[in-house]
Amino acid sequence: MINLAGRDIRHHGGRYIFTGLGLGLLIGVTLTMAGVYRGLVDDGKALIDNSGADLWVVQQGTLGPYAEPSALHDDVYRSLRALPGVGETGNVTYQTMQVRHANKDVRVMVAGVEPDAPGAPLYLVSGRPIIRNHYEAVADVKTGFKQGDKIKLRHYEYTVVGITRRMVSSGGDPMLFIPVQDAQEEQFVRDADAIVSDRQRLAQNPRLNPPGVPGVLAAVQENQVSSRSVNAVLVKVAKGYDPKNLAGTVKRWKRLGAYTKDEMTDILVVKMIAVSARQIFMFLVILTVVSAAIIAFIIYTMTIGKIREIAVLKLVGTRNLTLASMIMQEALGLGLIGFMSGKVVATIWAPYFPKYVLLVPQDALSAFAVAMLVSALASLLGIRTALKVDPAEAIGG
Amino acid sequence: MTLTQTQTPAILVEGLMKRYGTGGTAVDALKGVDMAVNPGEVVGLIGPSGSGKSTLLKALGAVIEPTGGKITLDGNPVYDHGWKIKDLRALRRDRIGFVFQAPYLIPFLNATDNVALIPMLAGMPDAGARQRALGLLQVLDVGHRAAAQVSELSGGEQQRVSIARALANHPPIILADEPTAPLDSQRALAVMRILNGLAKQYQTAIIVVTHDEKIIPTFKRIYHIRDGKTYEEAGEGRDIG
Repeated sequence: MINLAGRDIRHHGGRYIFTGLGLGLLIGVTLTMAGVYRGLVDDGKALIDNSGADLWVVQQGTLGPYAEPSALHDDVYRSLRALPGVGETGNVTYQTMQVRHANKDVRVMVAGVEPDAPGAPLYLVSGRPIIRNHYEAVADVKTGFKQGDKIKLRHYEYTVVGITRRMVSSGGDPMLFIPVQDAQEEQFVRDADAIVSDRQRLAQNPRLNPPGVPGVLAAVQENQVSSRSVNAVLVKVAKGYDPKNLAGTVKRWKRLGAYTKDEMTDILVVKMIAVSARQIFMFLVILTVVSAAIIAFIIYTMTIGKIREIAVLKLVGTRNLTLASMIMQEALGLGLIGFMSGKVVATIWAPYFPKYVLLVPQDALSAFAVAMLVSALASLLGIRTALKVDPAEAIGG
Repeated sequence: MTLTQTQTPAILVEGLMKRYGTGGTAVDALKGVDMAVNPGEVVGLIGPSGSGKSTLLKALGAVIEPTGGKITLDGNPVYDHGWKIKDLRALRRDRIGFVFQAPYLIPFLNATDNVALIPMLAGMPDAGARQRALGLLQVLDVGHRAAAQVSELSGGEQQRVSIARALANHPPIILADEPTAPLDSQRALAVMRILNGLAKQYQTAIIVVTHDEKIIPTFKRIYHIRDGKTYEEAGEGRDIG
């Protein structure tokens, strides 16, 4: 039996292929949106996985350094190390900054880390890790910084000694790692003008500068310029100890907040990107509906364009099932071309997105199934139109 | 009705009636049509617009159900109690060939496949159907255009392909709806020559609905239809070779 759908598609080859490609762009956008979501999740997981920590110790009552402001004294790690089960510790600070480099503003998350301690990037793609306590930096490749570049932050200039990858904040900003002491000053120490202004204000405040007690003002001023805080202490749990139990111990005895890797993943991936995920899901729904509408419209117009032929086919004894099958095959063909071209374009353009776009086979499979389902459903309008054609229309009068 | 009594008519219509609508707005398109066409005979059906020609053709073509009377095609009463859509579809596919004013070929099939599709729909294997189609195209003198797409065929070639399509299942009956209307005299007579030849060769009963003055003298018998009733008269039966 002649494949009527195949012949019709060949007959309208150009229009059919271009429609399929147009649909493919939409499906490509759909796949990319799914990839953006996957990228968000993967970025969050990479940030946690690549920190090398099992436990995040943070200010009590906060969700930790990525989700909420958290400040701890930078000597908290000493008391933590005394707890059984604590292997390594690392003070960390996180701060989003805009860096001017090569006549370009680059938004980065500056992470203060201790060399070779939890929090420092585990993998480098080039260069070496930070080994000095000052003025060295490791940058994520997405910053665009090169090894040997000089980067000026608020107070100091840093030399990029290594390049890492897949280290971005939950907001998608690439990370710039610097020594924690420098990061503390960059984050907590204000500029000279602000310090002078504060000193004048403190000196005029009689409660902080009581007459006849000269040591008070000096102590207060000293406290104003100190940088003794960090955002969190990252802990590597010693072998044989359960991070969950250790988190419980820290919370109970140190009056601090503590999150295991799973809990931190939950905060970063589930809670923080929940709104973005819903946003993306809405886009996916809209794109799916638009795709369905386009397929339905195209198939409908293709059907309307051959009403007389359908009437003749029915008059000469073609079964309704044969006609319905022809229309559905044409719709499925459009879905298939759309899916294949969409997959290709999404793969081509994904690397050019500023944020990480992760295309996974599972999403491609789902998109294929949805494209086929939507195509089949969209063909129903055309099928209904064809089935309603009266064979008598082929005879004049 | 002038019938050769020894023959069973391929098309027998008795007291056929068709009413559209109900109540005060009802219109009687056919008011007791009688007609008989023998195998191998080509008869003309002539009438002014609105006389009921198309309604009669649709009833004979098993696409509209009459409200009264009887149609017997090739010995089988049509629309008998219990007929289903699929029965009518099979009747149209296997027992009736249609030729239209415009060829109405399927534009995405070539000439051969336009013809071969009909026996394929009836279940004939592809190779056999194509062979039969090629044979019919040869008979109709368009065998050399067998592989051509519809858009590559001239109007006359398309009409001959459509006649081949009507013959594809070797139907005992062909209903032709103004098949020569768009053609000049020469081509119109050529089409009539083909239809007459095929009627003789395959013993097919052919009804040709027409207004075309050029071809009316070629009929040996003519049915005039006026106000939903037919009147038979002898035609000139001019020899067209």
